[in-house]
Amino acid sequence: MSGKPLRVLISKPGLDGHDVGARIVARSLMNAGFEVIYTGLRKSAREIATTSRDEDVDVIGMSMLAGSHIPFCTDFAGIRVEFGIADRTWLLGGNIPKRDEGELRKLGVDGIFPTGSSLESIAEFIRRKKS
Amino acid sequence: MSEIEPVRNESGIEIDPVYAPEGGELPGEFPFTRGIHKLMYRKRPWTMRQYAGFGTPEETNKRFHYLLENGQTGLNVAFDLPTQVGLDSDDEMARGEVGRVGMSVDTLKDFEIAFDGIDLEKITVSLTINGAAPALMAMYFALAEKRGFDLKRLRGTAQNDILKEFIGRGTWIYPVEPSIRLVTDTIEFCAQQVPLYSPVSVCGYHIRESGANPVQEMAYAFCIAKAYVDRVLQRGLSIDDFASRLSFNFNVHGNLFEQVSKFRAGRRLWAKIVRDEYGADNPKSMWMRMIAGGGGGGLTIEQPENNIVRGAYYALISALSGTQTMALCSYDEAYTIPTEKAARISLRTMQILIEEMGLCDTVDPLGGSHFIESMTDRMEEEIRAVMKDVDEQGGIVEAIAGGHIQNAVSLQAYGRFREMENGKVRKVGVNCHRVEEEEPKIEFHPFREEDCRTQIARLEKVRRERDSAAVKKATRSISLDAGKGRNVMPAILEAVKSYATVGEITGSLVDVFGRYKEPIRF
Repeated sequence: MSGKPLRVLISKPGLDGHDVGARIVARSLMNAGFEVIYTGLRKSAREIATTSRDEDVDVIGMSMLAGSHIPFCTDFAGIRVEFGIADRTWLLGGNIPKRDEGELRKLGVDGIFPTGSSLESIAEFIRRKKS
Repeated sequence: MSEIEPVRNESGIEIDPVYAPEGGELPGEFPFTRGIHKLMYRKRPWTMRQYAGFGTPEETNKRFHYLLENGQTGLNVAFDLPTQVGLDSDDEMARGEVGRVGMSVDTLKDFEIAFDGIDLEKITVSLTINGAAPALMAMYFALAEKRGFDLKRLRGTAQNDILKEFIGRGTWIYPVEPSIRLVTDTIEFCAQQVPLYSPVSVCGYHIRESGANPVQEMAYAFCIAKAYVDRVLQRGLSIDDFASRLSFNFNVHGNLFEQVSKFRAGRRLWAKIVRDEYGADNPKSMWMRMIAGGGGGGLTIEQPENNIVRGAYYALISALSGTQTMALCSYDEAYTIPTEKAARISLRTMQILIEEMGLCDTVDPLGGSHFIESMTDRMEEEIRAVMKDVDEQGGIVEAIAGGHIQNAVSLQAYGRFREMENGKVRKVGVNCHRVEEEEPKIEFHPFREEDCRTQIARLEKVRRERDSAAVKKATRSISLDAGKGRNVMPAILEAVKSYATVGEITGSLVDVFGRYKEPIRF
């Protein structure tokens, strides 16, 4: 890992308004030495891709609790190629049932951190992935 | 005491509706610490009102009937996210979200289907809607009128507490000031046209879910309620014209004794605020009427069956606290929309308290306990202190618009999470008494992709068949009234009757007010 801190985007895709988890993860990653950008609520797949590209982030994190992760991630999988950011680490957290994990990984999601995951495990995953 | 039947316990001892020392405070009397009514549940148990709604209005209607057949006494409607943020089902941003976390509603047609076969005079309906509340309330009123109900006698509740949406839950649409103005419009309209309807249920609930402690939950909710009251008073109404129709929605997760004391303290404090600060004369204006029982933040994804037990304790807390209405979170809600069975377990939990456990026999059974009384006094002081703090820092509206409250509760949520991670705060199944298990076998409520197509097809049909000139005229009136500072509710009522969509009504207000821009802090 170089001296430059890794840049992480924490985003809230779609219409879901539950942001307690996203904010906790954002703060903990910041405290762990990452540079964190938080999008706020209600972002479309294109908006998230645009911010990811413009801010040149290393990691794209999404927090989804309202059950629409499969259709949203299906859209994003195509859009991230279009935006040339398919090489960025893609993380998903929130209310993600185990039975959906296979399909999400096929779409290109690198790490899945369902509710109850430890904060340290997220930071550790990013460090390992980017080292 | 001819109002009530005598009650004896199994040992044959008669139970008085209330116990109090000579000259001690009684329920139904100012400051209402012990309850807003003299006889409380002895006369009528709390209303059972599980939160329900998913998919299409047809499916939701079926669930409503199921709950009512199982003894539920009120309805509490869940809307999907597009409806909640004022989008039509065919909006691009609605993709994948139609009918997902609640019932999808585009036009009055959907309400006609959802409430088919339900007697709106017998069953009161609570609409959990905030940003899009003016449109959905208008739909409810239009439906009632269409069915021949007199608006002067129509009861029901809308959540319609937009200020808390900026702190937690997040279904805001317009900027802060016009959002409050819309709440004010609905309160004023109801005071004049639908006087028995509760136009606002001020929610400490979601503020607590976002990280506030119980004292802050009450304090912020009261500050928000006061902000609405102040705006309505500025319109020239008197406090007794509308205060009796305000209600509250609170959370119950946490320490049982702290929670019971919180509600007793809150009831006393709100009564004092309304009487002493606003000069109300009508005791009903001073009542802190509430819905309680939910506490999603207290439930766990780990060992989900434990949530049935937590739900039972939350119901017990709510009953001991004198709630008017109860709604429990179902044990599977960390995973899914409650299945029929999970919803019925929640209902049975409340029914067991009513039928078997004697919770309706005597009012405020914990009153007089040294611990509870002392804690009630202390909670009241602390809630007052936090409210004073908010006022000194420029008031709640400014604190929310600037993102300060959001920041404070978010920081606290982070601290709490860390304490849970390091074991200082203990949570069964999470950081103690764990079992290593694969994902528990939970039955998932099915999400049906075809519901979205059904919904969009219906929306398109309504658009084709309605009088589009009437819709255009009505939505233009909304913009016009919004711009001129007139109450928008009459125009919105006209619009919904012409089958204008939620998206069109919202759009006509966005044209004037613009959209909220979230202050990004974490």
